[in-house]
Amino acid sequence: MRNKLWPNSPLWLGILGATALIFPFAANDYWVTVANFFGIYSLLGLSLNIIVGYAGLFNLGHAAFYAVGAYTTAILNTRVHLPILLLLPVSALMAAVFAYVITRPILHLRGDYLAIVTIGFGEIVRIALNNNPLELTGGPNGIFGIGRPVVFGFILRQPWHYYFLIWTLVLLTILALRRLETSRIGRAWNYIREDDLAAEAMGINTTSLKLLAFVLGAALAGVAGNLYATSMTVIAPESFTFWESVVMFSIIVLGGPGSIPGVFVGTLGMFVLPELFRQFAQARMLVFGAAMMAMMIFRPEGLWPSQHWRRAVAEEEEKAPPGPGSGEKAGLAGGTARGE
Amino acid sequence: MQEFLQQIVNGLTIGSVYSLVALGYTMVYGILKMINFAHGELFMIGGYLGLSLVAAFGLAAAVSSPVLGLIIVFFLVAGLAALIGALVERVAYRPLRRSSRLAPLVSALGASIFLQNAIMLIYGTGYKVYPDNLVPNVTWTLGGVEISLIRLLILGLSLFLMALLYFLVQKTQLGAAIRASALDHDTARLMGIDVDKIVTLVFIIGPALGAAAGIMVGLYYRQINFTMGWAYGLRAFTAAILGGIGNIPGAMVGGLLLGLFESLAAGYISAAWKDAITFFILILILILRPTGLLGERVAEKV
Repeated sequence: MRNKLWPNSPLWLGILGATALIFPFAANDYWVTVANFFGIYSLLGLSLNIIVGYAGLFNLGHAAFYAVGAYTTAILNTRVHLPILLLLPVSALMAAVFAYVITRPILHLRGDYLAIVTIGFGEIVRIALNNNPLELTGGPNGIFGIGRPVVFGFILRQPWHYYFLIWTLVLLTILALRRLETSRIGRAWNYIREDDLAAEAMGINTTSLKLLAFVLGAALAGVAGNLYATSMTVIAPESFTFWESVVMFSIIVLGGPGSIPGVFVGTLGMFVLPELFRQFAQARMLVFGAAMMAMMIFRPEGLWPSQHWRRAVAEEEEKAPPGPGSGEKAGLAGGTARGE
Repeated sequence: MQEFLQQIVNGLTIGSVYSLVALGYTMVYGILKMINFAHGELFMIGGYLGLSLVAAFGLAAAVSSPVLGLIIVFFLVAGLAALIGALVERVAYRPLRRSSRLAPLVSALGASIFLQNAIMLIYGTGYKVYPDNLVPNVTWTLGGVEISLIRLLILGLSLFLMALLYFLVQKTQLGAAIRASALDHDTARLMGIDVDKIVTLVFIIGPALGAAAGIMVGLYYRQINFTMGWAYGLRAFTAAILGGIGNIPGAMVGGLLLGLFESLAAGYISAAWKDAITFFILILILILRPTGLLGERVAEKV
């Protein structure tokens, strides 16, 4: 099944790669910019996927890590004039340290409770940015005049320059995550997500592995923040609201938690598709909300689920005891079977 | 001292609004163990429907203070919101009753986005303003503390509604059925309780109370916006956690306490950091005492 779903035949990859290379020269600046944001949101999706998809920790405050990365880049670039590309790892590190500090005391919380606490952290970060502590963040206006990245003396200015920078990083991330998925750590995350008591009993240090998921996810979100800051050259707290966290979370769930291709499908659905329907400006969000509900009812395992998750959803349905509402259940299971 | 007492009065007023909204969260959580993210939107819809009905009945132009009209508006809005609430449950949550915990969370967010944008499309993006002569602008001064009629009305009506709910849940057979369903669906079913009906009932009571709170906010601050459901919803949810989620008296106490916290924080610490302090309290409670102040029942396992 995996072979059918994952386009890893050389032909597929060749077509995909060639399209990606030609795209920035064939499309106009607007669409290249959309593709850049597609890349940044995919990166955010991949980073949150480590936390939500692999380790099964509900994080609804991911925008906070993204914000820490973006503001680290913005502040250090505009005040100390450090080059953007040097700030890439620095932003990742800052976001990781921040994640370590705030998630250390909340790791024992489960499910919805963790989601709520992360919402709280996300809001605190946004309010803090708004209130301009130590005159650092520029308040509601944010920070402007963030520099451009310089690669071997070449200054990246045009959208297509950024296109290659962003998508190179996305590609590297995919390669790294595919290795991570099947590594000892990736497998341990799987166990934790399925049953963290059993995982603990098997000798897995669940606390430090959950922490690792948060720290790695945050570091990657920090990278996305750096890219966002330099490609926009201006950032403000309104880019890091709860809404952003919801978009990222929905990317994971719509695509299928734990699935790398799912992240891209989810990003297409959550970010690119609404962008395509911009002319229907206001009504599109209405459709979007309805689509989220319909999606969960008719295809709860996501559009491109990892094999693992698909099995888990199917088992859950088999287990469902008969009773009121079982009629709908049968319909739902039927729908899933057709999907497969 | 005067300022302190004044902040207490302000805090109790807004806190009683939080309590009413928090009840919706806590009852749904008690029975379904899910966070109804769309609940804040029903509160907001209450504010908008109230405004529409006030305009439709021409209450602002009524000669004397339109008491009877307002009471009818409250009842109608509560009924309409209950209808929408039950509909949301039927469409967005019931098909997901037995699925993984992620699915209802996302579906609830979807419902929230849907409702918020529906209101935005109908009423537009700007602030809507309640007429200022619905409640006579009477203020008493008691030892230097100003107490306005609207504040007394909000506090009184909220406490009355909460007492009513408490009576319903604790003293009636229907209430016993609600409590039984919250404890154990299957056993409740064996005792002949139609759990699906009870869930629908909870989705009727919660939004009705929330919508009443929405009208109160409209009458009190006089400005409403389609995004306010989210802001109030999150605070009300904090209140529910503060009191111990799933616990009905807990939500009442939690709301009042949160209102007090907030107005004291705004008065003595910093108005700009007020919301950050609220969330900080939320996080602290979840870390130190996840059962809340009055809570006993808490979801342990995912």
